[in-house]
Order: sequence, then structure tokens, then C-alpha cells
Amino acid sequence: MSEPLLSVSGLTLGYDAATQAVTGVSLEVREGTVVTLIGANGAGKTTILRGLSGLLHPRAGTVRFRGQDIAGLPAHRIAALGVVQVPEGRQVFANMTIAENLRMGAWLLKDAAEEARRRDLVLARFPRLAERLGQQAGLLSGGEQQMLAMGRAMMANPRMLLLDEPSMGLAPLFVEEIFRIVAELKKEGRTILLVEQNAQAALDIADHAYVLQSGRIELSGPAGEIARNEKVVAAYLGG
Amino acid sequence: MPEFIDDFLFTYQTLVYSLGINGLLALSIYVVLALGQLSMGQAAFMGMGAYVSALLTVKLGVAFPLVLLAAMLLPALAALIVGAPTLRLSGVYLALATIGLGEVQRIFFLNSELTGGALGLSGIPMKGGLVSIYGSLGLALLACIFVARSRIGRAMEAMREDELAAGALGVDLPAYKLAALVVSAMLAGLAGALNAHVTSFISPEDYGFHAAVSILSYALLGGIGSPFGPVLGAFILTLLPEVLRSLADYRGVVSGAIIVLVVIFMPRGLLTWRMGRVGAATRRPS
Repeated sequence: MSEPLLSVSGLTLGYDAATQAVTGVSLEVREGTVVTLIGANGAGKTTILRGLSGLLHPRAGTVRFRGQDIAGLPAHRIAALGVVQVPEGRQVFANMTIAENLRMGAWLLKDAAEEARRRDLVLARFPRLAERLGQQAGLLSGGEQQMLAMGRAMMANPRMLLLDEPSMGLAPLFVEEIFRIVAELKKEGRTILLVEQNAQAALDIADHAYVLQSGRIELSGPAGEIARNEKVVAAYLGG
Repeated sequence: MPEFIDDFLFTYQTLVYSLGINGLLALSIYVVLALGQLSMGQAAFMGMGAYVSALLTVKLGVAFPLVLLAAMLLPALAALIVGAPTLRLSGVYLALATIGLGEVQRIFFLNSELTGGALGLSGIPMKGGLVSIYGSLGLALLACIFVARSRIGRAMEAMREDELAAGALGVDLPAYKLAALVVSAMLAGLAGALNAHVTSFISPEDYGFHAAVSILSYALLGGIGSPFGPVLGAFILTLLPEVLRSLADYRGVVSGAIIVLVVIFMPRGLLTWRMGRVGAATRRPS
């Protein structure tokens, strides 16, 4: 089997000297698959994504992306390699227009024609955004902001998308819509690492799953198996 | 020049010069605030420019344009030295480091023979004037507008709104922050040099923490949505003590109260509109 697109081993992360949020995490994401990372609040899911995208400097461990060790590279270098994170909490640039948010997504792209092509694709995927390109992003509803955050990431045409809790705090209708879009991206062959509290929906969509508890990987396997695991059912699926 | 302008300038010369110089200082802090950083070192950079320029003019008789150039380059170097290690971190570190820079410099000026100690430097020739001050302000304002409207301005605004999100999209955060600090130090140094060459006298206390806070208040009052805001803030805060002259000893209290009220009721400053930008368009794709 070929080398995975992303392979993480022994990743250890923390925010201050006294505490360690994530300890010795190893995981793999193969090209064209959706891998999900589930776990309770505070288990370290978001911390891992920050470590992968360079927003947090790893204390130990290696992160290999397409064979290159990217652990410790600054965020903009990792973004340039094609790893793009959609941050938690719908962090759009609230004072900027939707059009400008999308342009920021294509920051590293210098080719205007390609940027226009990607924008058309994004707007076709998110028609709600197309209707209000000149509107201030902060005035959108929560679900629309999440779509904008995802659309902005798609403007970078990422080789790998890191989705941090895309369904958090959204109305059920929007949650459904977000997961429909993730499924669509998967069908198109995108590689996605999905962090979710909505474990059921995440396991339904993913190929492979890792269960995180107190900063360590407790369990991993094909998503279907994890979804049937007794402990997982009891802890995360409300069984 | 018509006589009435001459008369006006003769009466209000100091004020007219101060307006332009403070406008330039306001732009210098705008450049840093525009991408979400806080520098408390603008007064220090200004003092550096003032002292270097005064010494070059008085002791060495260097030509004025070269003096201005030196007054921009030395603060730029200081900004690189202070900024390079602190700007890799986010948060208050830059503010703390620049407060430190200001204090170290003030104590150096107070104790060095070269800078005239507490007495400062006097007898600086009046080489600055309306043309150099308002020319500099105009050019700096145009440059700020040009950048704010550009792709770079968009990245700066994105950083101000959400630094991590901007970094994750590929904006080179440390490089942008350092470049902004260097440019801002150059503008402050230029303002310092121009000021020294229209007031004829400078002393260490002109560039302390108090001055740094004043410069910051220009931008807070005016707002940082566009480069016009800080300049407006500087104009108002420079004019206010003159307008309130009849209040005598209470004018400081009143202008302080005005700042407090604006901050409370207009937290985004007096001028809240954002710079328009190419690509912000409402135009739908065809």
C-alpha cells in the first residue's frame, strides 16, 4: 500500500509548561478518504488540528505530509503545502464582505483566472453566498458563516481539509446541510480530517475513525466498526 | 503668499506645524494597529528620529534631506531589533517590549553627554516648514490609502480580525507584523525629525510614556477603519486644548472627558467606515 497522505506519530502538544493537552498521538489519513476524530469536550481534538496546521508548535512527534516532515513549520508554510484548516466557531472575517472572505481563501494563489474559476465552483456549491457577495460576513447566520468558512477554505483548493467541529452550535437543518456538503466533497475525492462532537453523523460519513480521550487515542478502526463498539456507543452515541 | 495667510501663519504657526506632525504620528500607529498589533513605542521612535536628526544638523551640518532619511532609518533598525523576537509571539509582548524601549531610550537621553542630558538639545535650525511637514503627511496618507485598498490591506484587515484564521490561509504573520512595525517606526522617526526642526528645542521628556499614550489616543479617537480616522483624531486632539483655552486649568480635564466619552459611546472611533477595496465587489459573477 502506498504511503498515506498524512501520517502523524507521537504528536505531543500543550499550551503552557504545566499541562499537556495531547500526548503521543499517532494517526494516518489516506488520500481520498474521510477520517474522523471523535471524543468528548476537552479531549484535545481541536488541539491536534492546531498542531497539524501549524497554529500550535508541537512539543514532540512527527507530522509527515506527502512524505515531508511539517511538524514545527509556521502556519503559512503548511497552508502553502495544501493543508487548510476551517477553524472552530465559524471564524469568518466578520467586518469584511463575503467576496473578500473568499478572496482571502485564495491568498496564496496569484492567478486571477484560476481564482475566478474556483470562486464560481464555491458559489455553485453554496448558492446562498452567491446572493450576498457584497454583504458583511458578520451579518450572516451561524450556518451561513460556517458555509462561508468552508467555501473560503475551498478557495485554496486544499490537498487536505481539516474541519474543526463544522456542525457546532448550528440549527439541525444546517447540520444536515453541512454533512451533505462533507459527503459531496468526499465523493469528489477530497481528503478530509473531520473533528466532530456529533459522533453519529461523523461516523456515518467517515472511512476511518479515531476516538480521543484525555489527549490520547483510545481506539481506532474502520468507522463502521467503531460505530458498533460497545464503549463508543455508550459514551458518544447515546446507546 | 497673500498677506492674510502670512498673518495667520505667524499667529498660529506652532499649531499648524503640530497638526501636521501629529497627523503623521497618528498614521505611524495606524500602520501597526491596522493589523491588530499594539505598539507603545511610537514616541520612542519619534524621539530617536528627533535626536538623530538634531545631532546630524547641529554637530555635523548634514543636508536636511539626508537628515530626514537617517531619522527614518535608525528607528527602522530599532524596530527590527525589538520586533524580530517579540512579533513571533502574539498578544501583549510587543506593547511591553516597546514600553521598555521607550524607557531605556529616555534614560539614555537623560544621562548621555552627547544628547545634552536633561537639558536636551537646543538651537536646532528651523529647517522644517509647511512644505516638508504637509508634504510628508500627504505622501504618507496616500501610501496608507493605496496599501489599505490593495491585496496587502486585505491581509492586514484579516489579521486584525482573526490572526489565526489569516495564518491558516497562508498569510505570513511574522513578516507582515515586522514590516508594519518597521514602516511605523520610519513614519514616527520622520515626524520626530520634522518636529525637532520646527521647535528648535528637544528634551528627553518629550518622548516618554505620556507621549506614547497621546499618539495611541489619536487612533482610538479617530478609529482605524481607514487611514483618515487616526489623522482626524490627531487633528481634534491637537486643536482641542486651543479651542478650550478659555477653560484655563480645566482644559486637560475636559479634553480627557471627551476621550473617555468617545471611547465609551463610540468604541470604534469617530470615523467608522471601512476602506473600500478592489474585489469587495457586490457584482455577481457572470
